[in-house]
Amino acid sequence: MKNPTVLILHASGTNRDHDAARAVELAGGAPRILHLNQLQEERGAFGEAQMLLLPGGFSYGDALGAGQRWALDLELFFHDELQTFVASGRRVLGICNGFQVLVKAGLLPAWEEPTGTRSVTLAHNESGHFECRWVHLAVNLECRAEYLREMEELVFCPVAHGEGNVRVRDEATLARLEAEGLVAFRYVDAEGRAAEGAYPLNPNGSVGDIAGLCNAAGNVVGLMPHPENHVTPLQNPLGGTRRLGLALFKAMLNRM
Amino acid sequence: MTIRIEVESTQGIASREVLAKASTLGFSGIRRCGVRNLYFLSDPLSAESIQRLCASLLVDPVTERAEWWDENQEERPAPDAGVQIVEVTYRPGVTDLAARELERGIAELGLPPVRAVTGMRYELEGELSQEALRRLARLALCNETVQHFSFGPIVPHFATGTAPDATVERVCLEGLSDEALLRLSRERLLSLDLAEMLTIREHFAALGRAPTDVELETLAQTWSEHCVHKTFRAEIDFTRTDAEGVTVKRETIDGLLRQYLRRATEAIDAPWLRSAFVDNAGIIAFDEQYDLAFKVETHNHPSALEPFGGANTGIGGVVRDIIGVSARPIATTDALCFGPQDVPLDELPEGVLHPRRIADGVVAGIADYGNKLGLPTVNGAVVYDEGYVGNPLVFCGCVGLLPRGSHPRAPQVGDLIVALGGRTGRDGLHGATFSSAELTHETSELSGSAVQIGDPITEKGLIELVEAARDERLYTAITDCGAGGFSSAVGEMGAELGVDVELARVPLKYPGLRPWEIWLSEAQERMVLSVPEEKLSRLAELARLWDVELCVLGRMTGEGRLVVRYEGAVVADMAMEFLHEGLPRRRMEAQWREPAAPGGSPPEPGDLNEMLLAMLADPSVASKEGIIRRYDHEVRGGTLVRPLVGPEMDGPSDAAMVKPLGTWHHERAFVLSNGLNPLLGKRDPYAMAVSAIDEAVRNAVAVGADPDQIAILDNFCWGNPTYPDRLGALVRACQGCYDGALAYGTPFISGKDSLYNEFNGVPIPGTLLISAIGIVPDVERRLTMNLRRPGNLVYLLGETRAELDGSLLHKLLKYEGGQVPGLPEGALERYRLLHGAIRRGLLVAAHDLSEGGLAVALAEMALAGRLGVEVQLPNNGLSPAEVLFSESNGRLLLEVAPEETEALEELFEGAPLVCLGLVTEEPTIRIGMNGNMLVDVAVEAAVLAWKREGQNGVTKGSSGA
Repeated sequence: MKNPTVLILHASGTNRDHDAARAVELAGGAPRILHLNQLQEERGAFGEAQMLLLPGGFSYGDALGAGQRWALDLELFFHDELQTFVASGRRVLGICNGFQVLVKAGLLPAWEEPTGTRSVTLAHNESGHFECRWVHLAVNLECRAEYLREMEELVFCPVAHGEGNVRVRDEATLARLEAEGLVAFRYVDAEGRAAEGAYPLNPNGSVGDIAGLCNAAGNVVGLMPHPENHVTPLQNPLGGTRRLGLALFKAMLNRM
Repeated sequence: MTIRIEVESTQGIASREVLAKASTLGFSGIRRCGVRNLYFLSDPLSAESIQRLCASLLVDPVTERAEWWDENQEERPAPDAGVQIVEVTYRPGVTDLAARELERGIAELGLPPVRAVTGMRYELEGELSQEALRRLARLALCNETVQHFSFGPIVPHFATGTAPDATVERVCLEGLSDEALLRLSRERLLSLDLAEMLTIREHFAALGRAPTDVELETLAQTWSEHCVHKTFRAEIDFTRTDAEGVTVKRETIDGLLRQYLRRATEAIDAPWLRSAFVDNAGIIAFDEQYDLAFKVETHNHPSALEPFGGANTGIGGVVRDIIGVSARPIATTDALCFGPQDVPLDELPEGVLHPRRIADGVVAGIADYGNKLGLPTVNGAVVYDEGYVGNPLVFCGCVGLLPRGSHPRAPQVGDLIVALGGRTGRDGLHGATFSSAELTHETSELSGSAVQIGDPITEKGLIELVEAARDERLYTAITDCGAGGFSSAVGEMGAELGVDVELARVPLKYPGLRPWEIWLSEAQERMVLSVPEEKLSRLAELARLWDVELCVLGRMTGEGRLVVRYEGAVVADMAMEFLHEGLPRRRMEAQWREPAAPGGSPPEPGDLNEMLLAMLADPSVASKEGIIRRYDHEVRGGTLVRPLVGPEMDGPSDAAMVKPLGTWHHERAFVLSNGLNPLLGKRDPYAMAVSAIDEAVRNAVAVGADPDQIAILDNFCWGNPTYPDRLGALVRACQGCYDGALAYGTPFISGKDSLYNEFNGVPIPGTLLISAIGIVPDVERRLTMNLRRPGNLVYLLGETRAELDGSLLHKLLKYEGGQVPGLPEGALERYRLLHGAIRRGLLVAAHDLSEGGLAVALAEMALAGRLGVEVQLPNNGLSPAEVLFSESNGRLLLEVAPEETEALEELFEGAPLVCLGLVTEEPTIRIGMNGNMLVDVAVEAAVLAWKREGQNGVTKGSSGA
């Protein structure tokens, strides 16, 4: 499809929407940023979009926990549109705050769970504070988002968050995430070896070095790091032209 | 009638933080600390509703669990024996963002509306006396400027309505003695001197009436040091004496601003300068389409009282300055001056927060606001000195991007005066000295404190809204609400035309404000626009879209008067001319005495290896990574030279380079850098000024800025200028600013002074921050400071003199004397050559020499690159200590590949450029002179010293709030 439309949502406090729009553009998509208030009046925008993107930021200041109120907004105001969108197989990408929202709204890992319960969350970084640093990410080749495997190399890009620590209810939950192929990205070292929890390779203490998740259908993907901030080699703090985050956007937009 | 909900995390991070703080503060014997978030609701909800609320908003089912009580029905059970409780909530009127979001969430869920209050509960187990517990609460758990605490269940204060208060007082000045006038000024916190009070009395006597409180307060604000810079505009009788006090020179200065700062800008007459000193921010050209706006502000006193909120609102304020020139904020900076982090608690003066607590809070406040706005914090400085224990300095800067010609400055008669953004409360009335005699007990209970907590999400809405409104040309003028609130924003915007405004329309945080309080409130996150009537509906539509509150205050009248009403009744009516031109010019005395000649020669530095390591570990030089990583410096994707550089991404960058989003079609970018050296200022403020300018410029040039396209900002933080010695030092600094600006061709485009920074009669070290913004013609040619490749050559550019007075070496040796660094000859020409070399791709790294001189700069390049270096220093008649540690200006170290050395030397022919040695594979720093090895230090040792693990930056695991 030529220049697929990517609907980028903006809640009050979203701030990496324009960064994401640039990445989408460079990857060949046509970004459209819409504030939730606009979206309420233009519900048709869901139908017109080929992909949905929830970008980074501090929605509502994350005053009641990261992404919590935005997740409530989605559930209260856009529940049906979202369900339809996801069920249609169109792709959804959540980055940082957007990932937190997808998890808290139950769209990742999207298990059937009683209301008010969840098995996975994004908790406070082990360091206890916000951190900004570059990390290496590897796609999990076993993951259900098969199109991500087209990304041939690691992704090198920054994290910038205070609540990116993937926590699970119990060991069984982690085992199930792994077994069902729902881990999309992991923190690794520069050579691609597992971070094994070592700080700062794994910058926040996430279990299993999990940096991103996908759903069982593979069309909903979320991750904490910011691939949209490494879309040209000029942005690479170590120089070099490889390991662009742009590869993720290209993969997401490819063969939809 | 209160619901209490307690939420506890199983993560234990908050507990760890409390235990760490307590242990740092010397509280032993605490075995455990449970921490719970508290949420109070003013009215009961059904159990089902509360469960829904918890599940939807308050409790994370994986890491948190909740308990709740209807305090109407049952009391919260007492804790187990041996557990002591501290509960903390905000004082009434202080911004409680979580409570606001909770109230909105409750409405969104369709539950009955209730008021919410949030707080914290600490459950401490261990041996703590009641007195120790009180101390711990005050030192670590609660800041009584904005919060209060109790040992046990706290009673939340829900904002309740009081009746509107239309009281307007007439203040009789007639017949008051001079003394009585001054007393009135003092008691009402007007900060007006006798000449000013007499001018006001005369003015109203001629009108045949007494001023209202609204009028008097408006005059006091408009004529305040903060708003009109009385000291910088004053005529000054300046006497300069030698060290013995014999007069060397007397002169009259026609205003510091006019004679030194503006005059420098006018003399330089840079073609790319768009706006200097007239707008809320300075503006320079960026490319064919866009301009860049830059402003730096200080927020010192608020940060001393409430570090988190003070720094938080400091960023908020300077970002609004940028919105106020119709620019989109795109990057922030911060320079911080703190007391030493290891001052023993019992040595602190009464009423002063510990420097570590101040540093923790300030850094957290900057991070919170900047990160939430989505602005990269890219450049800064941190200096530690005893002189800042009672009075820290917090400089906050912001850069914005605006399409050329998009900032309108011409309000029209009939235009509506529109306020946007946050609601108005008693926030910051009379700045930091809130305890006004006329406020009753009740008002202070209801009032916000002098220091507020910011609301970055409301400000983010303002950024988006104003950008959209600008692009649709919906307003004819814009300004921010800063000091003086509406009184100064509306007063300035309507200075030419006159205004008529109605205060009863202003949306309030809580009722009961008197008209003068509404008019003067310094509530955050507000902008004022002049809007043609036909554009209002579109502006209102955009405001709804961006969740920003809008209110029409009044109109531009064309009658040249400031008319303020409350429910129709006139509460102020003054000629704009008197308000803006009526202030009598001050005449002030200033004296500068040369520092005394040194007694005896400086002590020897001893072991040079140890001295170098001590310098690297000095808090002002050492790594600031612990602070920098708490700031998002990547958002907007344009940070091309970061604050931390090198293969391990931890070396100290000279400057930041930023590519604005939306301008990736060309090769240009801009650089932010700064110069700040209060140590030098203690010896000679003139030297501090020229050195700060040189430092800012050479830092900018080092990463790739064009030296002919650099503009600078001045920020003076000084003591009480009514003392001739303080003012004399300030005059010296301004003279340095003039000479420095001319020498480098860098115009001042904006500036700010914060005076009266004294604690118990002792002034802070007079401190000048120079912030530079420079244009980079080609981002591909950017440089960083880390050594790159073994075999490359290292050159020193610039001349080293015996200039050690005010240096880091002398600080560590506790010695004062000798020569301060001066303005180097031909530095600008040298920087132009350097820029030419960078453009031609002749260099692979460059680093400026500043605190600690050559030795520290060389060590920094090596540790950042994790490579060794071996150099021989030229014998130019200086002692080893002078060659290694002198802080002469105009110097940089350059790394050059062997194949480029010929071209480089040719380019610099006749300039002071000398090859010192080689980059080595072997990771040691070796510095020799005259065949002797002066320094031989392993790079790893340098890294360890410089990183001072756990000693620098912010308290580990602290969120600082």
